[in-house]
This record gives sequence, structure tokens and C-alpha cells, in this order.
Amino acid sequence: MRHVISVLVQDHPRVLNRITSLFARRGFNLESLAVGTTHVPGLSRISLVVSGDDHTLEQVEKQLNRLIEVLKVTDHSEPHVERELCLVKVHVAGVEERLAVKDIQEAFRARVVDVAQQSLILELTGDSKKVDSFIEALRPYGILEVMRTGAVAMSRGERTLKVREKREAV
Amino acid sequence: MKGAEALLKALEREGVEVIFGHPGGAIMPTYDALYDSNIRHILVRHEQGGVHAATAYARASGRVGVVMATSGPGALNLVTGLADAYMDSTPVVAITGNVPRALIGTDAFQEADVTGVTMPITKHNYLVQDVNEIPRVVKEAFHIAATGRPGPVLIDIPKDVQLAEFTGDFEVALDLPGYKPTTKGHPKQIERALDALEKAERPILMVGGGAQHAHGELLTFAEKTGLPVITTLMGLGAFPGNHPLWLGMPGMHGTVAANRAIHHADVILAIGLRFDDRVTGKVSRFAPHAHTIIHVDIDPAEIGKVVRTHIPIVGDARLVLKEMLKGAKPLRLAGWWRELEEWRTRYPLRWKPKPHLQSQEVIRAFFEATGGNAIVTTGVGQHQMFAAQFFPVTRPRSFITSGGLGTMGVGLPFAIGAKLARPEELVIDFDGDGSFQMTLQELATVVKYGLDVKVVILNNGYLGMVRQWQDLFHAKRYSEVYLADSNPDFARLAEAYGIRGIRVERKEDLRKGVEAVLNADGPVVAEFKVYHEEGVFPMIPAGGAAEDMIIEHPEEKEEVEA
Repeated sequence: MRHVISVLVQDHPRVLNRITSLFARRGFNLESLAVGTTHVPGLSRISLVVSGDDHTLEQVEKQLNRLIEVLKVTDHSEPHVERELCLVKVHVAGVEERLAVKDIQEAFRARVVDVAQQSLILELTGDSKKVDSFIEALRPYGILEVMRTGAVAMSRGERTLKVREKREAV
Repeated sequence: MKGAEALLKALEREGVEVIFGHPGGAIMPTYDALYDSNIRHILVRHEQGGVHAATAYARASGRVGVVMATSGPGALNLVTGLADAYMDSTPVVAITGNVPRALIGTDAFQEADVTGVTMPITKHNYLVQDVNEIPRVVKEAFHIAATGRPGPVLIDIPKDVQLAEFTGDFEVALDLPGYKPTTKGHPKQIERALDALEKAERPILMVGGGAQHAHGELLTFAEKTGLPVITTLMGLGAFPGNHPLWLGMPGMHGTVAANRAIHHADVILAIGLRFDDRVTGKVSRFAPHAHTIIHVDIDPAEIGKVVRTHIPIVGDARLVLKEMLKGAKPLRLAGWWRELEEWRTRYPLRWKPKPHLQSQEVIRAFFEATGGNAIVTTGVGQHQMFAAQFFPVTRPRSFITSGGLGTMGVGLPFAIGAKLARPEELVIDFDGDGSFQMTLQELATVVKYGLDVKVVILNNGYLGMVRQWQDLFHAKRYSEVYLADSNPDFARLAEAYGIRGIRVERKEDLRKGVEAVLNADGPVVAEFKVYHEEGVFPMIPAGGAAEDMIIEHPEEKEEVEA
């Protein structure tokens, strides 16, 4: 099963390396990874998309918690918002194609962020399924390149990733 | 004050008395500062010897072992030892020099990405970029290494940081918001555990290396409840090997009684162990009758990792046992003990006597001659298992071996580290001819510091454990295991180092040989030429279960009592 996990970390050098090295060593399956700083200086937040059974996911969470620089791990099973940003460069040969692509763009509420003679870059934000469908819809027109950021996630409501909540770390 | 002096001062503040190490270019500023320090430095002949010695120092003393090495090759020679310490949860702090900051990443002379390489085999590591960070990093490293589930921590310090002027403060606070080990077990879970034990008909208590420091509480708890006790290889000594409640070691070369007890147990209380595959065999067939497994471990990631756990207790073995003692009651286990007694009497550990000198009788002779009062270290292989079987230590921190990683060559450096940690003790390294040759350069360290360690080489002229597997599972195709054609004369080798060398070849000379080793004033290397076709039994083949246990060599079966 697919899980989205948020990890709050101290933004020390190599902390990302520790996490990817852990996934490689333990044989966990990492589908995507997104990382960025937070509003708190010194803290970064990582979103991981991981697939595996319950036992694997329990181990993923526990092994992440063993890392000294990991402050908090949450598996988003509760209501949450999930978004991914995607850029697609699509080939458009003539006016007809350009119009057809424009229809898809509007249907998905994507934006055109670059226009050239033979191509367009479209930007789409949405959950991963929506991004998948968007890419599939554009495929017949000739996709030149795709860049996805990987999913980022946040719990709905007042729940947050708090620093002092990490339990049972070793 | 330079960074190097600040480093040594920070180490002194952690109470460090001994550092094992080997100098080199990038760590020279620290070695220069060491010249004026009160910390004792033990110069080893290979960094691997240093890290193993530091590991044994930690295991024998319960304190943090410290090893130091230079950049690149020096640091990389620590890798095996760090992995060994990590697998066996041993607190070690490794300090390595690195090339100056400006050269990092340029493929400079003796440069290696040591923090990168050691990331998966250390509990944590640091690359110190700012000289004023040294006190905090050292303090955190020792804290992380020694608390929670202990493990190795590496501190990599570029040469120019060692040389930089230190203007910082030694009074620093730990800054580890993500590191808060749970040490006290949950009271509700402890209550549930006691309840399950009380209702059990065939309960057992299994303990591992995580209970070495809880030996006192363990003994009281076992005696109060009357539970049968099984100690893993890492747990040997945590419970006395001469106690009537002790069933021995479980797993691949464990006792029949211990493995059958696990197989038939309905409730298992496991403390400070991680259900290694050498203990469980095939997990799906492990403890098939256990409806309740209670797992006490300080590392939550170990709970549920291998076996299904019904009552998880995250906490320190000692604190949890203390709590459990409050509610512990004598259990009614007379029927269960009758079964256990039968297995124990019917299948004691034994060997089939041969005309040749045999490893088992050599180890047994040392056990009898010393009354078991020694710290035993071993290499890895048949001799290690024979030592575990026939030298049942009675005290904690007294059987120092490589469990998880199975590192050949640890015997001699382990003996060195153990002797420095507990100089008043008799230290015996039971070693194999194969294992011993992996680190024998440390005989020079033995000489340099006049360390009274007794090295007992059980020389069968083969890589015995590999040979045993080839014998049993590879149709006797003895591929690349023969050593006798090229082994040195170990006694003369010892003499070349100025160490007393002894050789015993015949059965009738065994007692005399043992006496000579034990009565010698100072270190000894004693070679016992033992029977080469010996196998370690009982044996559960890899991936098997308790029911698949081979009690004697299949070809000798008809010769033993029915």
C-alpha cells in the first residue's frame, strides 16, 4: 500500500543522505522524496512516498526514528492534503494541436508557463493521481519532458508536526 | 589552546583513561597534544586491532571504548570494527583525522569520505567543521554511544580544525532534540507481562547482550519466579552458567534443552535480544506453540522486527526487571521442569572422544583448571562455538565475542582490550588458526605493554566451520579451507615476538599444557593441535527449526546410544 510520510529533521549536512542510505540499506521502497526548509530556522521537512505492507511501514517509521537528527515522523493515514507540482513540456506542431492541449490545460486547471514555436510548458499542481492523469492526457500530443516534485503532505485541521513529540527514540 | 588540545580536554572530561590508536598525517596535531596528556594511549599495529580492542574494553568494563586513527586508510581500517560494534550494540567512540577542510572533496592524499562510508555502520557520526564545536560534539558522541541502545559514534576532525585556535566553552549543553531513549517500561505492559507469565504452563526467559548490565535483577527475578533461563551468545554470563535454572544457549549450536524449551514454550519473555537468524532459524517455524511473546528491548525498532510480539515493552532491561520484580511471584512449573530436566540430562553438551586431542576437551580443561574464573575472548568459527558451549562463564561481561557480525580475528585484540579494562582478571583468548592469523600483528601490542593475555590457538589446520558446512551440505567438497600446509609454527612465531610459545600435540600432554599456560608469568601463545574432522554439534542447519536439530554427526550416529 502507498503511504505518504512526513519527517521533520534538523537540517544538518548529510541528513538527507542518512535517510536515503537507510532506505537503501533496509530495502525499503521509496517512490518519491521532497525536501525543503520550514518556518523554523534549522528545521527541514521531508515528504516521502513509500509503498509496503504494514510490517514494512512500521519498520520504516521506527528506523527513521532511530536517526538522531529526525525529530518527528508521521504516516499520513489521517485526513490530509497531498500535493505535487509537475512541469510538462509538450510538443505542439500546429494550431489544432495547440488548441487541443489548451483544452486539457483548462480541464485540469493547469497553467502555461512557457510558450515556444513548437512547444509549451504546462504547470500543474494536484495530488499524484491527478498528475498521473494529466500526463496521460497529454501523452498523445508528444511529451518532450516531465519533471515532478514528488508529493508533499500536511495533516488537515490543527494537527501539526511538533518538535517535542518524537517518542521512543533510541 | 589548539583544537587538538581542546579535543583531549573534552575526552578527559568524559573520563577517558585509555585510547587505542595509530597515528598518521591527518591526526598528527592530536597526537602532538597527546604527548602532554594524562590519557594513556595504546599503540596498536593496525587500526582494526585498535577498534576491536576499544570494543572489548567497552564490553568488559561497561564504559565507552575510544579508538583513534588518521584519515583515509587509517579510518577505513576501522570499518570492520565499527560494524562489529554496531551489530553487537557496543559503545565506542572513534576519532579520525581528515584532510584540511579546504582539501575535502578534492581527492587529496589519504582522503576518504569517512563519514559517508561509516554512516550505515555507526549509531551516529560527525564531521567537525568548527573548532569551537569540539566540546559539544564530544559530549554528544559519548552520550549517544553510551545511552539507549549503545553503539559506535565516529567523530571526523579535519587537520586544520585540530590546529585552529579554540576560543569556545567546555560547559556546553547537549543539543539532541531528536534523541530521547525510553528507559522505563510501560507499567500497563509490565502488568500484562506478569499476568501472562502467571498463566503460562511452559514459560521461558530468554536474555541477550542487552541484559548484561541487568545481571543482578535478572538473577533475582529468575530465582523468584523459577523460570528456566536461556542466554544467547551475547547474553552468556548475564546469567550464571552454573545455575540450575540455566538451560544454555539457543539456536544453531545451542543446547537441545534450550531449543526444545523454545519450541514447546507457550509464553516467552525475551529481554535485550533481537531474534537473530542464528537464534530463530526459520522464523515461521520458531516457537510455534508460543501464544504470547513478551519482548523487552530499549530499541523500539527491534520489537516486531523479526517475530510477532504480543506484549512489547520498550525500556532498559535493568529498569524493566526492577519493576517486574515488584509483582513477580513463584510460578508453578514443576511439570514443565520435569520435561526440561529430561532433555537436559538426556542431551548434555558432549563430544565423542577420539584418539586425537580435541578442541572441546582443551576448552573444558581450561574451564576446570580456572573454575571458570576468566574473561574469555574468541575469534569466529568452530572454536568460538566450542568456547560458548564448554566454557560456561558465570559472571557478566566475561564472554567477549563477535556475535552479530561474526568477525574473524577479533580474539587477540578483544583480549588486549579486556585486559586493559580489567587488568586483575585472567584473560584467555580461545582462537582458531584461521582467525588468529587475521590480526596476529597485535602480538606486538601485547609485548609493548606487557599485557598478560593467554592466547590458546585451537589449531585444526582448517577453516573449520566452513569445512564443517562443506562436509554436511556441500558433499565434502573442501573448497579452499586447508591451512595446515602453510600455517606458521605458532610457538616459534610467539617466540619471535618475545612471547612464551607452547605447543601441545598429544592428548596425554593436555593437563601439563594447560598448567603451563596458566602458570606462565606473562603472556603466552599456546598452540593445541586438535583433531581436524571435528564438527560443532548440536546443529540446526541454517534456515531450519528446532525439530531439524542434528545432535551428532550423521555418520557417527549409530555409534551413540539410542
